[in-house]
Amino acid sequence: MLSIGSPQIKLLEKLCNAMAVSGDEGEVRRIVLEEVKPYADEVKVDALGSVLVRKKGAGRKPLRVLLDAHMDEVGFMIVHDDGDGFYEFRIVGGIDERHLVGKQVIVGKDHVPGVIGAKPIHLTDASERSHTVSEESMRIDLGPDGKAKVGDRATFATKFKRVGPSIMSKSIDDRIGVAILIELLKNAPENIELCLAFSVQEEIGLRGATVAGYYFNPDLAIAIDSTPARDLPDYEGKENYTYNTKLGLGPSIYPAHSPVISDPRLVSFLAEVGTKHKIPYQFRQPGGGGTDAGAIQQARSGIPVVSVSVPHRYTHSPISVSRVDDWKNTLNLLHVALQEMTPALLKR
Amino acid sequence: MTDILPFLKSIISVSGVSGDEAPVADLVQKKWTPLVDEISQSRLGSIHGLKQGTLKKSESKAAASSRPSVMIATHMDAIGMMVTRIVDGFIYFTNVGGIDSRVLPGTPVIVHASGTKEELYGVIVMPPGNLLPEGEGSGVIPMKYLFIDTGLLAGEVSKRVRIGDRISFGTEPVEMSGGTVSGHTLDNRASVAALTVCLEELQSKSHIWDLWAVATVQEETSFGGSYSSAFQLRPTIAIALDMTFGKGAGASGYQTFPLGKGVTLGIGPSVHPFLYKRFKEVAERVEIPIADDLMPEYSSTDADAMQLIAEGIPTMVVSIPQRYMHTAVELVALKDIQRAGRLMAEFVASLEADFLERIVWD
Repeated sequence: MLSIGSPQIKLLEKLCNAMAVSGDEGEVRRIVLEEVKPYADEVKVDALGSVLVRKKGAGRKPLRVLLDAHMDEVGFMIVHDDGDGFYEFRIVGGIDERHLVGKQVIVGKDHVPGVIGAKPIHLTDASERSHTVSEESMRIDLGPDGKAKVGDRATFATKFKRVGPSIMSKSIDDRIGVAILIELLKNAPENIELCLAFSVQEEIGLRGATVAGYYFNPDLAIAIDSTPARDLPDYEGKENYTYNTKLGLGPSIYPAHSPVISDPRLVSFLAEVGTKHKIPYQFRQPGGGGTDAGAIQQARSGIPVVSVSVPHRYTHSPISVSRVDDWKNTLNLLHVALQEMTPALLKR
Repeated sequence: MTDILPFLKSIISVSGVSGDEAPVADLVQKKWTPLVDEISQSRLGSIHGLKQGTLKKSESKAAASSRPSVMIATHMDAIGMMVTRIVDGFIYFTNVGGIDSRVLPGTPVIVHASGTKEELYGVIVMPPGNLLPEGEGSGVIPMKYLFIDTGLLAGEVSKRVRIGDRISFGTEPVEMSGGTVSGHTLDNRASVAALTVCLEELQSKSHIWDLWAVATVQEETSFGGSYSSAFQLRPTIAIALDMTFGKGAGASGYQTFPLGKGVTLGIGPSVHPFLYKRFKEVAERVEIPIADDLMPEYSSTDADAMQLIAEGIPTMVVSIPQRYMHTAVELVALKDIQRAGRLMAEFVASLEADFLERIVWD
């Protein structure tokens, strides 16, 4: 079994603290390229900026398996310079604007520190406090001499932390998937041709995966992402039936996520592998919230897909929470599954 | 002029939620001890530093019984939160001091776990709407529905955290452009830093009045520190050094002031007009930029309390502009902190033996 030790934690920390807002993924791309080059047979950066990696298998025509994880994160783009260090911005990807006021951010390639301020409570009345602050009225404040360029990207400034059984960080979605792909490449089994797509622009319409699926034309594909765990208490103490996934129960296998129905052969196969090797896993409750699998499934004449996610709480917020054990079990479920994959899997 | 930033960073990196100020009090006491002649702590926990003046008793009528004294109060307590209940390891809380619940979702915090005397990192969670009572899930989520996730398992949380434990903001201080610093609790640790600058300035400046440098407790909740310290020390005059509103996104108008452009002098019922006049004269003489901070009824500072002690004390309010007050990302200009400290020192040094007798009302 592969383990999560200090080198793996350090790499995830580096990946999470980097900024790679959809459409500007260079910072994470550079880390990925540095990590994959020594282990890959083929590495290329495609037209959109995704990193595409191939590790040839042994044998005459091994099964070609594509694993995908997206490098990009939700964030902001600076859209107007108001002067005196104040900048108007727009959200890139799905961020609930209620998470924004009173937060530290970093802006641009140099990670210039800034804050999204809030009107002091002393200057508001109860009626004003009952309304959310709109994205349009917020500003990123870089301080009186602060400089940014219109078009610069920005993201939450929260730093990666390792706490008890958990990690707490921005961008666990989907740097944890990126870290898993890198680890699987470093431990690639020889029975398959392993194709990796470190994709861009997932958060704004699965764009990197759309063309990566076409490029590789794999026999099957697995999107490795991070999915919300809403395993939280109901205020009135009612049972929470809509948890999506729960932390600590292992990798979450997607039977379906709107509008994608996973290939049932792949869903069953992953579950069988987990059971056989005593690796805990869970099924994600069917529902909305897509992964790159949706785009890859429709590439060329169609590709059998499934998604596997490490659960995290507090999606697209300044701080998400995941469990190290779920990360480890996701890594191992995939590692074992890859080793046991044969062309027969798709003939069932 | 000494660099006050390291001390400021140190005091905004520790807690001191109103009513539980010991962590910051320890740092203040350590810093002030070499700068004052006597230092002690009040029964409620305020720090009292006495820097003696040079006036001899024979030289003044006012000093017949004791040397006249000026008390400068800077509250060292901070807004924060308190644990109300724990459900499956998730920590519900209420506010200590004024907090707009809109600034909380996604904010890092420190839970001061009394069970094990640990500081637990956590994040304030805005639960999904479907886990809240009907109709409460959209728009602003009231504070009672928010909770904290520490990343620890439920059993580990209940071993460590108790109802009533304090919670402080967990944002780390960050230096920003234009000589500014951002973090939580700059209200009012920036003033504590300014008073420290004042004490440092007075090491090489003579003053004939006694100076009581006071770091008060419980300003954000009840003015408990300033009531009790002013009663105990019974200063001749008293000054509250606090923060005022910085101009910024969403904050404009007569109550707001630009960052880095100077300090403000209060005008209103909490301010004795002769103290205002003297501060203005001193500021103009030493070329410290000032602006008038209009306070038509209350100053909402320690001055409101100190004014009412015993037979009444002439009070003054001096403030440092700060953006985003009572959030985890308050922002202040270091230059204004230095100016406030220097202005205080110049004011103290300006006090003549018969300053009070020269006050003529009508």
